[in-house]
Amino acid sequence: MEQLQNKNSENILSLANNLRWGLGVNLHDAVIESIYEDASRIARSTVQLKGEKADYNLERKIDRLVTSRWLGFPIMFLLLALVFWLTVAGANVPSGLLASLLVDTIHPALKSAAAAAGLPWWLSGVLIDGAYLSMAWVISVMLPPMAIFFPLFTLLEDLGYLPRVAFNMDNLYRKAGAHGKQALTMSMGFGCNAAGVIASRVIDSPRERLIAIITNNFSLCNGRWPTQILIATIFIGGAVPAHLAGLVSAGAVVGIAVLGIGFSLAVSWGLSRTVLKGEASAFSLELPPYRPPRIWQTLYTSLIDRTIFVLWRAIVFAIPAGVVIWLVANVEVGGENLAAHFIDWAGPVAILFGLNGVIVLAYIIAIPANEIVIPTVLMLTVITAGLTGVGSGAGVMFELDSVTATENILRAGGWTLLTGINLMLFSLLHNPCSTTIYTIYKETKSVKWTLVSTFLPIVLGLVVCFFVTQLWLLLS
Amino acid sequence: MKDLHNCENCPVHHTENLIRLGIAMDRVDYVVALAGNPNTGKSTVFNNLTGLRQHTGNWPGKTVTRAEGGFSYNDKRYKVVDLPGTYSLLSTSTDEEVARDFILFGQPDVTVIVVDATRLERNLNLALQILEITDRAVLCLNLMDEARRHQIEVDSRALSRELGIPVVPAEARQKVGMDKLLATIEEVATGSYVCKPHRVRNRSRSLNHAIEQLSKKLSEQFPGLPNLSWVALRLLEGDQSIIEAVQSGDLGKLGAGLLMAPAQ
Repeated sequence: MEQLQNKNSENILSLANNLRWGLGVNLHDAVIESIYEDASRIARSTVQLKGEKADYNLERKIDRLVTSRWLGFPIMFLLLALVFWLTVAGANVPSGLLASLLVDTIHPALKSAAAAAGLPWWLSGVLIDGAYLSMAWVISVMLPPMAIFFPLFTLLEDLGYLPRVAFNMDNLYRKAGAHGKQALTMSMGFGCNAAGVIASRVIDSPRERLIAIITNNFSLCNGRWPTQILIATIFIGGAVPAHLAGLVSAGAVVGIAVLGIGFSLAVSWGLSRTVLKGEASAFSLELPPYRPPRIWQTLYTSLIDRTIFVLWRAIVFAIPAGVVIWLVANVEVGGENLAAHFIDWAGPVAILFGLNGVIVLAYIIAIPANEIVIPTVLMLTVITAGLTGVGSGAGVMFELDSVTATENILRAGGWTLLTGINLMLFSLLHNPCSTTIYTIYKETKSVKWTLVSTFLPIVLGLVVCFFVTQLWLLLS
Repeated sequence: MKDLHNCENCPVHHTENLIRLGIAMDRVDYVVALAGNPNTGKSTVFNNLTGLRQHTGNWPGKTVTRAEGGFSYNDKRYKVVDLPGTYSLLSTSTDEEVARDFILFGQPDVTVIVVDATRLERNLNLALQILEITDRAVLCLNLMDEARRHQIEVDSRALSRELGIPVVPAEARQKVGMDKLLATIEEVATGSYVCKPHRVRNRSRSLNHAIEQLSKKLSEQFPGLPNLSWVALRLLEGDQSIIEAVQSGDLGKLGAGLLMAPAQ
């Protein structure tokens, strides 16, 4: 029975083969043509144009402008810079308000409540100084910029601008031997690398998809924007006259983002010339019409879908990290806490790269989520620099009510403009967060490519920081 | 052999294949597929129908895999599947295969084809291809507001006559036309509206002859197989995944499943 069926199947296929010979080579085209003919006839008989196509012409003019060879990229950078500037400028005040509520008011209240309840010092330390404070920090530092950045970004998306970005970038990616759609996944990565990695499914060729996954980490994700913005404000903005500070620091953040795009192109090029050889495949990208964005709905969905979602994830990761930070800062071995041991040991090596032991330790603790790098850095700096009168004692992750206070701590910890620049570079070029690594594994089902995606950026980051530092020292 | 159309009101979707395609099928009366070109507002229609808030964006290719949701209408439970947007069903990219296999093998009770009223001709190319593989479809003529802004007028009744399926003008972003769409989906699902879908004509005589010959052979091997002439055409074109379905006998399962009486 089975065999009979197989035989019949073969019969059908060979009949199809024979018939195909009689139909000529243009069968596929002929079939498509007959569909197109019908579609065109039906459209002609049912669609009527009244008057001139004035709006189309306007759209075309705008499109020619934003996708033009010379103005396309400058317009893109200006729009991005505008978004960052609005984010930086708008987030300061609400951040301060949240911090004074969560850290200055609720934290002491919790502490005294714990003392009144007779909690042992280590338990209230782990729970309140570790877990609660790290959560409070993440909320007060991340919520305001995200609540501004995401709606603005979503508005750009809703308006139809992102496909134009992809259109501009498409040619570059193809020249790099990657798929043009990688421009889309790269743009998604600006929100969240894990999302960008999943979005790489739009790319059919496994080779090009792998390239898109490996290089997605070069898109600065929302966990890293706050770090970039804060450090740029302190060190880059601080190095220029006050009235230029906002513009220059926004420019520096755009610069890092553009550098990331550059790295994703360069690495794609390198991969497609070496381990992932192949030709770029073609695809068609439709530029959708510009649509007036729906302001309220955008606000709602970007708040619920993105801001709250990302914030929740950050909190979930920040709480255990807060516990770890408190522990390494308070568990003593041989008269010194664990953090100090590590920092003393890693420091001399880190100096070569223009970083310091604190930053290295912070990045190790912050593997689960990039969002907590800065609080960890601040806390560890206070411990090692032996500062007094800030925060509320050793190992407490605290919020500083102003950028100036943060700056004072970092400068006291021996930070310079060079440290700031290197931190920004290293924040761009280091391993993806644990969620992204896990997503990469799920998408590629390959330990090898997961490891490549994890370590390639770190190696690149160390190389870049090393050369920047050595050049800087040579020139200064 | 049972008459396939002895029960006008019965669901026609292919439960076994839908489960194999990864759709949870418990407590579902009808299955609705959403298909269309990229960036025509499928996801917006999906959200309106299901009350879910799948992220929408002015961004072609946003729906990478199928999204699923459901709604109740007149005491019937509907499952809605948002297929990835494609320009055609004839090439071999993954999203096109996802969409095509779902409609072909899952046999949704209704396929809602969402089209952009301002780009009707291009959108019809896909609509006609979908109508080649399913008998039960509704055309959602979306973005009517934009068409008005561009002074484009679409005669939806003439369009419905031409295509042989109901046409519902809509502005999904403003939730306009959704009630009518729901009612129309119900009419097609329950069989109270019987579609007579447009089939592509003007093919060469030799092609029609070849399709006929191959269809005959196919119906002997796979009795009850729907869309015979479409499958034949794909075989003539050398479509690898259909060839594989013939070899593995998967096509046969589809036919056999249809021969059984509907579950209810």
